[in-house]
Amino acid sequence: MQRSRRRNLLIFRWVVLVVVGLFFIAPLVAMFEFSTRGNAINAPRTLDGWTQVAQTPGLIKGIIVSLELAVITPLAMLVLLLPTMVWVRLRLPRLKRIVEFICLLPLTVPAIALVVGLKPIYVWIEINISPETQVLAFAYLILVLPYSYRTLDAGLGAIDLQTLSEAARSLGAGWATVMLRVVVPNMRSAILNASLLTVALVLGEYTIANLLNFQNLQVEVEYVSLTNSNTSTAVALGSLVFAFALLLLLSFVGRARGHPTRAEEILPSSASSAGIWGQRV
Amino acid sequence: MSENRPARAGVEVRLEDLSRRYAGVTALNGLNLTIAPGELVALLGPSGCGKTTALRLVAGLEEADGGRVVFGGNDVTGLPANKRDVGMVFQAYSLFPHMTALQNVEFGLQLRHKSPAERRQRAGEVLELVGLSAHSYKYASQMSGGQQQRVALARALAIQPTVLLLDEPLSALDAKVRSRLRDEIRRVQLEVGITTLFVTHDQEEALAIADRVGVMNKGRLEQLGPPTEIYSRPTTSFVAEFVGLTNRMAGMVKGGEVDVRGARLPLVRADSADGPAIALVRPETVSLAPETDATPGPLVGSVIATSFLGATSRVTVDLGDETVLAQMTTADASKLPPGTRVRLVLRPDAVLIARDESTAAEA
Repeated sequence: MQRSRRRNLLIFRWVVLVVVGLFFIAPLVAMFEFSTRGNAINAPRTLDGWTQVAQTPGLIKGIIVSLELAVITPLAMLVLLLPTMVWVRLRLPRLKRIVEFICLLPLTVPAIALVVGLKPIYVWIEINISPETQVLAFAYLILVLPYSYRTLDAGLGAIDLQTLSEAARSLGAGWATVMLRVVVPNMRSAILNASLLTVALVLGEYTIANLLNFQNLQVEVEYVSLTNSNTSTAVALGSLVFAFALLLLLSFVGRARGHPTRAEEILPSSASSAGIWGQRV
Repeated sequence: MSENRPARAGVEVRLEDLSRRYAGVTALNGLNLTIAPGELVALLGPSGCGKTTALRLVAGLEEADGGRVVFGGNDVTGLPANKRDVGMVFQAYSLFPHMTALQNVEFGLQLRHKSPAERRQRAGEVLELVGLSAHSYKYASQMSGGQQQRVALARALAIQPTVLLLDEPLSALDAKVRSRLRDEIRRVQLEVGITTLFVTHDQEEALAIADRVGVMNKGRLEQLGPPTEIYSRPTTSFVAEFVGLTNRMAGMVKGGEVDVRGARLPLVRADSADGPAIALVRPETVSLAPETDATPGPLVGSVIATSFLGATSRVTVDLGDETVLAQMTTADASKLPPGTRVRLVLRPDAVLIARDESTAAEA
């Protein structure tokens, strides 16, 4: 009885795994299939779509810019958000709801409305700071606030922040040491998750970049698709696989240490649940 | 215990007129306290009495609204927590979860730029002191609550702080571990000779561990003295009732004595005004004798319950209009099963009186 129930459960698990796996893999396989099609009916399969990526200067530039943004934005997000959230929790708990509201607000504002507001600011930024695409990090910082806030908040909630920081302070640690040597190591998983969500969003962002006339990866993919849909699909697939590889890497990094903190135990790899992988937002 | 003290290595700690308010509520109201070098003072009191606030002001984790904190003649009131050179053990488990016990202990030494060899040696010494050398490479999640608090104590001592602050470090532990660790804290404190401020709401803990106990109430220090004095000669009804068990027996003050059901007891404060009052009588000053005479009397009643406490027992006697607790040896108590008619004999120790239930104004 017990054995047959166990067997049924095992079968059920495999069925679920296969169905979910197919759900995720089928579109990727279809993209790969499309990216290797020949130009004519019954034409043989070709990797031209992939090899032409390197021969499309705009695309290479778009990839480099997006990768730079994928580094700058998570760093800026962490530098801005983490100390703010720690300070609010420790010293200004009454402001927590207000900060939460502000951070979640971008979720409710459509990208197009955001662009209308951002356009005059970006005119000023382009004149006074830099006309380079990397300045998109300012706008992306706003976009990633809701996802990052939620993830970091769960991480902070899983540790006894007050006691740990006070213990460190009583031992002689300044605030920078408290942050770098006590807070950050104890919410490593939450920080990685928040960073990963940010990277995923940055790599997939199209609307704001396009409407503000910046050329990032997705904008270039769109341009290329007008003349060479195989190459644009290849690049889109490449960015998706890159994002999945990052997620996998994260799960391995999360498991690497023998003694997970509570934050790591309770936080799922929330990237997939955010539903923003490789999508244009 | 203080007689066994080695040469004191600590410094004098002075709290001068320290006060703190939270949103209009006074948590600490002009606290004055001087802790001698190497002395262990326990601040005892109910929740919200200001004892933890006092400790946090000493630690620099909060800023005082008024008053001064002085360590060995140096005013540290304006210094932040990380510059005060205090070691602190918290009520909640406070080990850094991503570090081993050894790394936790080395943390403060690292911040003081000690060499790796020096750090390792000092950390080894203090872990040895708390008996946890064998657990050096364990993480907090691999240790029991008692072990974690011992590592926290070692971590606090490793930096050789000016003052050791203990914020209810035993309250999260079970009774047996608690009592063992309490003795261990005292042993270590005596061995190191560090000036220590210990905060607790547990009177047994405070009386057992401290050189002097300060009983706090409503942000003020009600009484400060050696444990025996606090227990035997409380100066206020709050202290009398908070420390140890107390019977509240109706009486009448007259001529420096209080008449309690016909028994005349001397008053701690002989100048108390005449009139009705509540006498605060310790259960151990009440003894019981079997009563054969069926005639009811003011000090005659029936045993209604007995609480076994080990070597002693507490017997509850119903006098008709009030109940009284008497504490005696278990052997004596066993001769008085529930229902036994007994006569109360009140030992003529000086007692405190309360005038009013709500204000508990002392005589």
